[in-house]
Amino acid sequence: MSLLERLFANIWFTGAVKVVAAFALLLVVVILLVWIERKVVADMQNRIGPNRAGPWGILQTVADGLKLLFKESVIPRKVQLGVYLAAPIAAMVPAFLIFLVIPVGRPFHIGETRVTLQVTDLNVAVLFVLAMSSLAVYAVVLGGWASGSKYPLLGGIRATAQMISYEAAMGLALVPVVLLASAQSAGETGLGAMSLSRIVDLQQGSFRWMIPGWFVFWLAPSFVIFFIAAIAETNRAPFDLVEAEAELVGGYHTEYSGFRFALFYLAEYLNMFNVSALAVTLFFGGWLGPDFGLPPWIAWVMPLFWFFLKTFILVFVFVWIRATLPRLRYDQLMNLGWKRLIPLSLVWLMVFALVTAVRTWGWPWERVAG
Amino acid sequence: MGAWSGFAVTFRQMFRRRVTTSYPEEKRQKPVRFHGRHVLNRYPDGMEKCIGCELCAGVCPARCIYVRGRENPPGAPVGPGERYGYVYEINLLRCIFCGLCVEACPTEAITMTHLFEMSVTRRRDAMYTRDELLMDAEGTVPHPQPPGPLADLDELRRPDGWMRATSPSGRAAYEGVVAWTPIAGWGLPPAERGQSAPPAVEEGEG
Repeated sequence: MSLLERLFANIWFTGAVKVVAAFALLLVVVILLVWIERKVVADMQNRIGPNRAGPWGILQTVADGLKLLFKESVIPRKVQLGVYLAAPIAAMVPAFLIFLVIPVGRPFHIGETRVTLQVTDLNVAVLFVLAMSSLAVYAVVLGGWASGSKYPLLGGIRATAQMISYEAAMGLALVPVVLLASAQSAGETGLGAMSLSRIVDLQQGSFRWMIPGWFVFWLAPSFVIFFIAAIAETNRAPFDLVEAEAELVGGYHTEYSGFRFALFYLAEYLNMFNVSALAVTLFFGGWLGPDFGLPPWIAWVMPLFWFFLKTFILVFVFVWIRATLPRLRYDQLMNLGWKRLIPLSLVWLMVFALVTAVRTWGWPWERVAG
Repeated sequence: MGAWSGFAVTFRQMFRRRVTTSYPEEKRQKPVRFHGRHVLNRYPDGMEKCIGCELCAGVCPARCIYVRGRENPPGAPVGPGERYGYVYEINLLRCIFCGLCVEACPTEAITMTHLFEMSVTRRRDAMYTRDELLMDAEGTVPHPQPPGPLADLDELRRPDGWMRATSPSGRAAYEGVVAWTPIAGWGLPPAERGQSAPPAVEEGEG
């Protein structure tokens, strides 16, 4: 047993390595994400975009981050200090936690030990993700309220309404995924249908001849509802009423400056990445993809490659939507959430549950007859 | 498709030509009549064109020009006419770059160039006096900023083309003629549409 094997056999060591790796990965991803967003939006507006710091301006985010670190962190006189200081941290923590349950690549073995490329393989990961994304609302609401200023307060109020109403649609859109997962694993134990690594495993094989067995081909309506709700949940355009700069200055982070603002900013982009990664995991087969019969020393990269490729394609769609659609009005947002998305996801859930039940157990009268 | 066609529009724009340029490295060709900073011109023989008439100061809507004229010293005349502008100041913080001073000038003494890099760190540096405005006998214009990637001093020698003085220098030979007067270090710009071919300029005015 080599030293490496012995180290990775220790759960604490493995956990620590994975957490540090995930943290570093997320920071790098955010740097890339902000740069990609600025470049793509610039392209769509016939501009050049950042091009000074580093090749093609890729270090622009690093420069901005350093600048924010050295900026004065102004604390206005009327803030509720404790909550005001806690809100940026409360924004960051759930954003990091969500990523911990997402598998980014194929598990591999070091000696006897199986190492999964996710920090922890929770058996209730889908619930965990929903819980964490609900927690993220607190940061916005509390940050807006504790600032003691009118624009952040309005931003916080909007956040309450928006994120809570879209949370419902998002949760309902994920139920068919769990249903499908448990139906597909009917032969084996139905347990663990909420584990993200299990859901990825179930998407192996093919749907019809060349088409891969991704859940999106069964659950396209779920994906559409999930994606729309996710945009609203992460406060991205066209649902960025919470920080509508045209109306609310900066929304909930108006009174934040320096590094505290950077934390909010970081959390927003982390959420965008998390939601894309989650959509890839749930609907697009996660890290699954062909490895073209490459030799093993290079083939182990392919799952990571596929995962990040799919995720960044979805991130591109996020940016594309932002560059295209204007911001919704408050009442339009509420209409879309409560009168369209929630009924739609309920109907789809019922239809899908029926179909799944019939496929699994047959029609009820047949059962009676048989 | 309504709202959905917007996605095609934004996607298509990604492959279009960029409308912005990387400014200091890549400078766009300015229009011929670009209104940049001012310059006080000289005749090719080194005489100052300004006659101190204060028409520019009178027409200036921003009131940013201050001119004082006085008699040419008899022994060593500064300009070909009776008087010359011994004080000439432009407050470029107030200037709106409308070019009315250029139009008002009867002798094409004041013109605008293509240079617009005029940033200063002290307000009083934005008061351009005779020292900064007046070109020397070779046509070289002093500029407060050193030449560099941002300030291409060659642009100081590119007049804005909005010079239509009839009867340059007020001499009878130019009666009814619309033409340029020659500038030190520059010579005679090519005639624009509507300008007559210039009559031969006699050297050594007095």
